[in-house]
Formats: sequence, structure tokens, C-alpha cells
Amino acid sequence: MKNYLNIIIAYSIMLGLIILVGVFQSWSIALTIFNYCMISAVMTMGANIQWGYAGLINFGIMGYTALGGLAVVLVSVAPVSEAWSVGGVNMLMSLLLIILMIFSVRYVLKNIEKSKKRNYLVAGIIIVGLFLIKIISGPAIELIEAVEPAKTGFLGGLGMPVLFSWIVGGFFAAGLAFIVGKVALGLRADYLAIATLLIAEIVVSIIKHEDWLARGVKNVIGLKRPAPYEIDLQTSPWFIDLVEKFHSTKLSLTNSLTERQDLLNQLVIDASSIYVKLCFAGLFLIVVIILLLVTQKALYSPWGRMMRAIRDNEEAASAMGKNVVKQHLFIFILGSAIVGIAGAMMVTNDGLFTPGSYRPMRYTFVIWVMVIVGGTGNNFGAILGGFVVWFLWVEAAPIALFFINLFTSHLPETNEIKIHLINSAPYFRFLLVGIGLLLIMRFRPQGIIPEKIIKQ
Amino acid sequence: MDFINAIIVLLNYTILPALTYGSQLALGAIFVTLIYGILRFANFATGDMMSFGTMFAVLFTYYLQSKGISFGFLPTALLTIPFAVAMMISYMLIIDKTVFSYYRINKSPPVQLAMVSIGVMFVTQAIIRIIIGPTDRRFMDGEKFILKASEFKDMTGLAEGLTIKSTQIITIVVTIILVAILFWFLNKTKTGTSMRAYSDNEDLALLSGIDPKKVVLITWIIAGILATIGGVLYGLDKSYRPFVYFNNMLPIFAAAIAGGIGNPYGAFLGGYLIAFAEIFLTYAYKRFFIYILPEQLEPNSLMQLLSTDYKFAISFSILVIVLVFRPSGIFEGKKI
Repeated sequence: MKNYLNIIIAYSIMLGLIILVGVFQSWSIALTIFNYCMISAVMTMGANIQWGYAGLINFGIMGYTALGGLAVVLVSVAPVSEAWSVGGVNMLMSLLLIILMIFSVRYVLKNIEKSKKRNYLVAGIIIVGLFLIKIISGPAIELIEAVEPAKTGFLGGLGMPVLFSWIVGGFFAAGLAFIVGKVALGLRADYLAIATLLIAEIVVSIIKHEDWLARGVKNVIGLKRPAPYEIDLQTSPWFIDLVEKFHSTKLSLTNSLTERQDLLNQLVIDASSIYVKLCFAGLFLIVVIILLLVTQKALYSPWGRMMRAIRDNEEAASAMGKNVVKQHLFIFILGSAIVGIAGAMMVTNDGLFTPGSYRPMRYTFVIWVMVIVGGTGNNFGAILGGFVVWFLWVEAAPIALFFINLFTSHLPETNEIKIHLINSAPYFRFLLVGIGLLLIMRFRPQGIIPEKIIKQ
Repeated sequence: MDFINAIIVLLNYTILPALTYGSQLALGAIFVTLIYGILRFANFATGDMMSFGTMFAVLFTYYLQSKGISFGFLPTALLTIPFAVAMMISYMLIIDKTVFSYYRINKSPPVQLAMVSIGVMFVTQAIIRIIIGPTDRRFMDGEKFILKASEFKDMTGLAEGLTIKSTQIITIVVTIILVAILFWFLNKTKTGTSMRAYSDNEDLALLSGIDPKKVVLITWIIAGILATIGGVLYGLDKSYRPFVYFNNMLPIFAAAIAGGIGNPYGAFLGGYLIAFAEIFLTYAYKRFFIYILPEQLEPNSLMQLLSTDYKFAISFSILVIVLVFRPSGIFEGKKI
């Protein structure tokens, strides 16, 4: 119990802060923050598995998040049959060609000795393949994108339940991680960071500009939800009854019947949005708890000990007969898959997929700040990091506004500096997060909740 | 005649813009490579440091314009460079003193310094946005064109016009002068040699009596000059927007690593390599081929290898290919 005291204290403070937001701002905002904190926590756990367990630096979080989001679109959106009929065959053929290309390159690499001839052969296969794909897919893409461009203009998805897409998102991210890991894991740490960052940029730019796949920057809106819709709740009698019971004292204070009805309507609208957010919160909490149990179990298993050994001394672990390369690849895939799940969760929560919003600042660097601040190598720390940093990121503007008003209270309302500062309050989030990271790196490099190795 | 027209088309739409963009990247890439070679970390605050210097150039330009001072046909911003550089260097030295020096003295691993530079990136972005805001700003004034397309057509009687923007010539000339001075400094002066020695082998350099503090100081001063001038040239040619500068960090990294990180010559060439690859692969060659090919072979399509949306993706793919097949860079830098 004593071991967990600081964890319990830290988590209570964090929950207290969110409750304070609920009391002072609104419960709806508090729940939004809570949900996003939970999504951030899942992303942080993914990054923490790679960095904390194995010392692998992955700045490509953004790419895996975007792929997770893409999975939601491809799984849950209903298929656009018209687009499939005009260009589906050609797109499937292109897919087949890509698979054929991969296998023939693999075949050449396996069966022909390393030589100049082999290199030319591989390059030839790739160039011819790309040329064929362009010829086959080019006209099909144009046809697909011409199908009701304002509404669809893409192939659509499979029309399956949205929760299924969370798993698919994980698999998508794992697939990308397999390729990236094969290519880049041999690099030294800072090169790996840059390479993963750039590969993620490539992935996002493909998602952004291939309109036939997921409408690109035109966004996909109105995605399916695993939770009820507000409109349905507001018209269903059981929900109205529930709200009526919950607020019975407040309602009984009003005298006239119309006033009471207006108040009830208002309460039902508020309550419906809170109810939906609570549903999401429940789902996310289940994911976080499952992941926490599994990762915690893994961390203290023989496998976890082996990973720590590899992280702390690669040569020694290798000399003990551990396959360092294989384990690195495995953990890279595992961590990325978790990030992919988080990406899918986020898009499901928002109900829309906006490829234009995937930027390295928000989806790579802020996540990394979460990992470092929370505590590397400790799952509880990672989750806490997600909560703390996301909370600061969101609440920085109101906090900054409060302090600006405090310090400039002696200045008149028309003072230019005061107006300028108040207008730039949103940017204080960068300052707060940056200074937070620098302070933690300097004075508590192991994070708020440091890694704890339990001796058995 | 058709052949000359085809060359003019290429010159106008690919070579001149690529040389300009390449110069801007090259300055940034040398900045990255110097920090990596001498201070030994990947500086993720590169783009924002360039943005920081440029911000002061923009502000001073506005100030001078309000006082009615201009630089004749040249952009006023060139006058403000010394002030902007001074501000940039003082900011860098403050950051080094308060943040980086602690990790340098403790001999922290490069990854930790890179993480710290992310913190610096956040803080710098915040300062920039609080001072000047995130909006797009143009601060180019003076003569816009050296040669207009119509003038060129009148002069030569060709069907295709050649446009030379003054910012293009300014960028190329300033870059060449700056890089020439830098390479002279690194190779011929005693301080430059000591910097290279420190970069090659720190312990040996310390043994032979090189003052590490001086080397670090000079490095930041050179970095400040490169970052500010590179940023100002980019801003003059396009426009100043903090977010774009942050994004430019990625092709700059690509240039530095493709050229062999830690190797200033490689970084210089890497900048042009990235710029030429980006522009050549995304240019629509239709007009070029119309001039060059006989009429019956004229192309119908745009003859574009990749859509311009993938501009950034090209430089990143080059980098990934270089990292996989020749991790120490095309022009041999530090070993990975």
C-alpha cells in the first residue's frame, strides 16, 4: 500500500482538479476534458511502452493516430455503392498489384545474391509496378471522386459497427509500425526520432491528399457512434423522466407550468450531452483499465524484465542470447498499435475525421511531453502524464487570462498591452507546457511518478 | 528557337525557384549541422529559432517604415538584419545559459538534449505568438522584379518570358556570400579550426588547450546569424508565418541529414538537393515537352510525376532512403 501512496495522492489531485472545472465552468466541459485526458492517456501508454520499456524513440505518434482515425472511416461508414461500381474493380486491381509487387520484391531479395543486378531488378519492379498502378488507378480515382463530390466522392467503408474499428485501427498502426520498424529501427536514437517524424508526415500527407480513400481535407463528418445521439435522448420519455426525478427539487421551485416546462427542456438538453459524454467516458475507461492491467502484468513478467535488460544494456542482453532486434521490432509494433487504438477512439469521440488537423505539434510533441512529465517506464505515470498535460493544455488559456487580468488590473481597459495580452491568452498553453517540460527535465528527469522496479 | 524556349520554361519555373528555395534550406541545414556537430544534439527548435529572428526583422521593418526610412530599391528588411541577428544571438545565449549548458556539463545523452530542445521549441513558439501573433505577414518592399516577363519577351523576341524576382537574386547572392565567409572562417582561421577540432574529437581538443566555452559561444553566434538571415530570406521570398517556419524544420532536417549531419558542406549541398528534387518531381512538364517534341508526339496530360501536394513527402522520402542505404549521408558526415 505504501508503494502506491504517491500514485493515489497524484491521481486524487488530478481528479479534484477536473471536478473543480465541473463546479466552476460546467460539467460538460469537465467531461470533455476527462474524455480527452483518457484518450491522451492511451496514446501516452503506447509511447511509454516504446520509450519507457525499450528506450525506442518514436516521434511518429501523429501518423499512427491518423491511421487509427482512418480505420474508423473505413470500417464504420456505409459503402458508397456508386463509387464502387465505377472504380471499385480498378482500385482492387491496384491493391492486388501492390501485393504482387511486395511479394516479387521479397522473392528477388531472398533468391538472388546481393549484387548490382539485384538492386536494378528491385528498382525495376518498383518503377514498373508504380507505372502500372498509376495507369490503372488514375481514371478510376477521377471517376470515384466525381461521385457526388460535395457529399461522398470516396469509396466509403464497410458499414460495420464502430467499436470494431478500434481494433482495426490498432492493426493498421501495427502494420505501419512493422514497415517503419524494419526500415528504421537500426538507426541511432536521434536519427530514429527524425526518421519516424518524417514517415508520419508522409502518412498524413497521403491521407490528406488521396480523396478517394477518405475524402482527404474535405473531411468525413457524421460518423457512427457507440453511444446514443442527443436528439434521440431528448425525445425519449425514460430519459425525460430520469432528468425530472434528478432535478425534482429544482423543478418544484418554479410556479407556472410553462416556466417549469422551459426549465425541464433546458435541463434535458444539458443532461443529454452529459449522458452521451458519460457513455464515452465509460467506454474509454474500460479500454484504459484493460490496457493498464495487461501492460502492468507484462511489465513485471519475465518478458518485461528482459525488455528492461535490453534497454539498460543492449550488448549484455544480446550476449545472454536475447534477440534484441526482434524484441525491438515487437515492442515498436505493440506500442504503435496502442496509439492506433487511441487514434480510433479520438475520431469516434469527435464523430468526424479531419486529416488536416493532424499536426506534429499536437499529436507528437505534446504526447511526448506527457510521457516525460508523467514518468517513463511506469504505466501509472504515463496515464497521469496524459491527464496532467492535457488538462494544462486545455485550461492554460483560462488560467493565463486570470493572471493577465490580475497583473494588469491597475491598467485601464483601453491599454494596448493589456488588450494584446488578453487576445494572445490561447498561446500561453505553449509556454506553460514548454516550461513544464523544461522544469521536469531539469529537476525530476524521471517524471512525476518514477519507474519502480519491484524486486521479487 | 523552340529549344531555347524550352530551356527558358525550365529556368523560369524550376531552376530559379529551386535555387532560391535551396539557398534558404541550405542556410537552415548548416545551422542544424553546426549545432549537431559541435553541441551534439538534434535541435528540434530549429524552425522556431529561425522564426524568432525573422520576427524581429519584421518588427524593425515596420518601425523603419513608420519612420519613413527605406533602403532604396532593396527591401528595408535587409537593413534590419543586424538588429535582428543581435536579438537572436542574445536569445540563443540566454537559452543556452539557462537550459542547454546544464546538460552539456553533465554530459547527458544526445536524446535528452533533443527532448530539452522540444521544450525550448514550445517556449519559443509561445513567445513568438504572444509578441507577433500567428497571422501571415508580408514585409517585402522595394523593387519587386529585376526582370519582368514582358520586358524579357521584348528584349529577346522569344515566346516564353523569364521573370526574375529581386528576392530570388538577393537570396542567392546573400547565401553565396554568407556561406563563402563561413567556409573561409571554418577552414582558414584559428577559431574555425578549433571548432572543427572540437567537433571531431572533444577530448583531444580539450587536451590541446581549446576553450570549450569559446567554441560554444562562437557556435551560437554563427547559428544566430545563419538562422536569422535564412529566416528573413525565406520570409521576403514568400511571407512570414510562424506555423510555416515550424514546418520548414522538417525539410531542413532532411537536407542536413541527406548531406551527412555534422558536415557543413554536405548540408549546403543537401539543401539544394532537397529543393531541386521537390521542384523537379512536382513540376508539370507539359509546356516543356510541347516545345521540345515534334507536334505529333505532344503530350495531352500535365506530364507531372507527382502532385504538388506531395512536395514535403518527397524530401522526407529522400531522407528515409538515404538513412536506410547510406546512414552517414551522401557526403559522409558523422557515423551513426
